[in-house]
Amino acid sequence: MPVIKSKPITIVEEIPISKTLKFWEGLKEGKVYGTKCCKCGKLYFPPSADCPDCLCSEMQWVELGDEAEIETFTHVVVRPTSFCQYKPYTVAIGRLKEGVKVLAWLTGFKLSEVEVGMKAKLVAKTTPDGNPTYEFTRP
Amino acid sequence: MADLRKVAVVGVGNSKFGIRNDVNVSELTFEAVKPSLEDAGLAAKDIQFVALGSVGAGAWYEELLPAVVTGEYCGLTGAGLMRVEAACASGSAAFLTAYSAVASGQCDTAMALGVEKMREIDTPTAMEWIGRAGYYFWEFHNFGLTFPAYYALYANAHMAKYGTTEEDLALVAVKSHKYAAMNPIAHLQNRITVEDVLSSMVIASPLKLYDCSPMTDGASSIIVASEEKARELRIDTPVWVAGIGYSSGTANLSKRQDFTGLEASVLASQRAYKTAGITPSQVDFAEVHDCFTIAEILAYEDLGFCARGEGVKLLREGQTEIGGKIPVNMDGGLKAKGHPIGATGCSMIYELTRQLREEAVEKNRQVPLKNYIGLAHNVGGTGHYCYVTILKR
Repeated sequence: MPVIKSKPITIVEEIPISKTLKFWEGLKEGKVYGTKCCKCGKLYFPPSADCPDCLCSEMQWVELGDEAEIETFTHVVVRPTSFCQYKPYTVAIGRLKEGVKVLAWLTGFKLSEVEVGMKAKLVAKTTPDGNPTYEFTRP
Repeated sequence: MADLRKVAVVGVGNSKFGIRNDVNVSELTFEAVKPSLEDAGLAAKDIQFVALGSVGAGAWYEELLPAVVTGEYCGLTGAGLMRVEAACASGSAAFLTAYSAVASGQCDTAMALGVEKMREIDTPTAMEWIGRAGYYFWEFHNFGLTFPAYYALYANAHMAKYGTTEEDLALVAVKSHKYAAMNPIAHLQNRITVEDVLSSMVIASPLKLYDCSPMTDGASSIIVASEEKARELRIDTPVWVAGIGYSSGTANLSKRQDFTGLEASVLASQRAYKTAGITPSQVDFAEVHDCFTIAEILAYEDLGFCARGEGVKLLREGQTEIGGKIPVNMDGGLKAKGHPIGATGCSMIYELTRQLREEAVEKNRQVPLKNYIGLAHNVGGTGHYCYVTILKR
């Protein structure tokens, strides 16, 4: 079919992290932080600078433990453009002992070994290109 | 809804769904608007308010303000105009908006439009945009989830808890393709087998290519009117809005209670049943949001068509086909009719209306009607939004 191509543009947003800076710096030190509301005591992961439950903005940083139980997972074969340079990867949601859940890549297992209910370890890491992140791996 | 006016669906139109590289967004919308106006016996200038559901404006198609662009092209300029976004439920959100404008007495005729042009960009870029439709910052930026992957998380959890199998998922696709083959507007009109589904390439395990709805271009238009206006227009078979329910879910999937059902669907349907004053067993047939095969099974359970974990039983027994307890997606569903994101909600209303009129649907896929009640279940994102609309003739 005949078409006219639109003008190309490149979009890069600068996403503020001032209020979650301790989280991103913690990852570089090997720590995974959540936040806890000083008023109602609710624990949040991902960390939140404000409490959606009681709308209090006084939060404290809490280092989370590394023990997780996998609640579900998927192996992503067809990747989006910005992940095409990676090999297919496994993403899982794990529940930590503290009760909060984390969504992250799951590494160190063969796909055939991965199952709902298995134990995994949550670790902070820095990617080869210098970005702080976190993932589940073999305990 | 004691203080609200009764609202009727008086005109419906739907474009051919598919890869529509022969038309731009305006031309595609025109294909839905014109037949809906003819159906209602109205002119474009008679429409007082238009709500357009569309998601990819400026992202996967070029126009940033599709309501004004398509409005001008279809002769609707001058009407109250807005774009509505509720991800894949945008069409239903537009319908709620148009309904509310009439029910509240603000106007007598309103249009709910849905349109999406998804095939102007390459597939990985489309996967990127749609994958970002959750919580970009916390769940996409570092982890690259795609839309099939979000639903795959639900599929694996449902399989682990209830013993649902990949063959069960395949049955949904087989059913959808069977009925889409009878529907001339459907995108995928080929019959398929369980084996075809199981042998198709893995997209995000356990979901394979044939477990996924296609990326489709399409438009749908619904005209609603007050009772007085419907009478004035001498509409033969007005179809009435009996109830609309809505709810939502967390942006982060990690904040969800479990992954074996969509809480937003449960709450939205309960509210819709309550407003309509009916129970699930009174629904004659349904359009459910089967963007992926697992989503149809979740819907059976979330909407109360069966107990938790028994969705696959309905499917295996053929209870959701014509002749069964409750026929579901007799137009081929999102899975095979196609899923032009913003248009899907309106296209569900289009199908409900035609089925309830018992006159326009291709005969071999006409559902038997007892209570003359149909239900449309439209989910946005991965249970991020949900709208349930109940129509009654």
